[in-house]
Amino acid sequence: MAVKKFMYVNRKAPYGSIYALESLEVVLIGAAFDQDVSLAFIGDGVYELTKGQNTEAIGQKNFSPTYSALGDYDVNKIYVEKESLEERGLTLDDLQHLVWEDEDDDWAEKDSIRLVSRAELADVMAEQDICLSF
Amino acid sequence: MASIEVNGKQFEVDEEGYLANLNEWEPAVGEAMAAAEDQVLTDEHWDIINFLREYYEEYQIAPAVRVLTKAVGKRLGKEKGNSKYLYELFPYGPGKQACKYAGLPKPTGCV
Repeated sequence: MAVKKFMYVNRKAPYGSIYALESLEVVLIGAAFDQDVSLAFIGDGVYELTKGQNTEAIGQKNFSPTYSALGDYDVNKIYVEKESLEERGLTLDDLQHLVWEDEDDDWAEKDSIRLVSRAELADVMAEQDICLSF
Repeated sequence: MASIEVNGKQFEVDEEGYLANLNEWEPAVGEAMAAAEDQVLTDEHWDIINFLREYYEEYQIAPAVRVLTKAVGKRLGKEKGNSKYLYELFPYGPGKQACKYAGLPKPTGCV
């Protein structure tokens, strides 16, 4: 099977709709197919990666710890759009520190999140074979 | 909903025998589920079951078999980090069977 470039575009707040969780589940399932996978977080989607989420009051499962497992699934290209963070008064420090371990480099921990401008992200999107929007 | 009885206590399970409430889990539940499938749990089985519970605690998911295999190899040694070893312990599939005994939901993407 030829390897295709898949990008999952996350555009919605983590709760209040099922999009964020569905996207994450599709990414985890799809990771079994050895494709070239990347994730983009734009608009309210950047909230999905914020630290310290607490869902107790809405009676839903807090699935944010699962983003830390993406590295185990060889999903380590996570693009976060700079303008979307800035428009919401957020910085990279407000997001979880996501890492992956490079097996070919003695399991060195490397950052998964890449902060990119809107224009840079547009270029990355243009290189994809398939973009799935959530 | 179906339930199983362990040491006089009732535990709810789903239609495939997975524990409904993972907080209710205790080792005896795992033992009973294994016994029902004619499995005796050894220390080697418990290494995997405990690992799965820790993984779930941290990431809120049961790992895919590929991820489990890699992580077991790293934590418990290369000779255990392969699917042959894991399938010998859990012939119905390490993800499916070990997760059940661990009281976890069926792994995401596992059919």
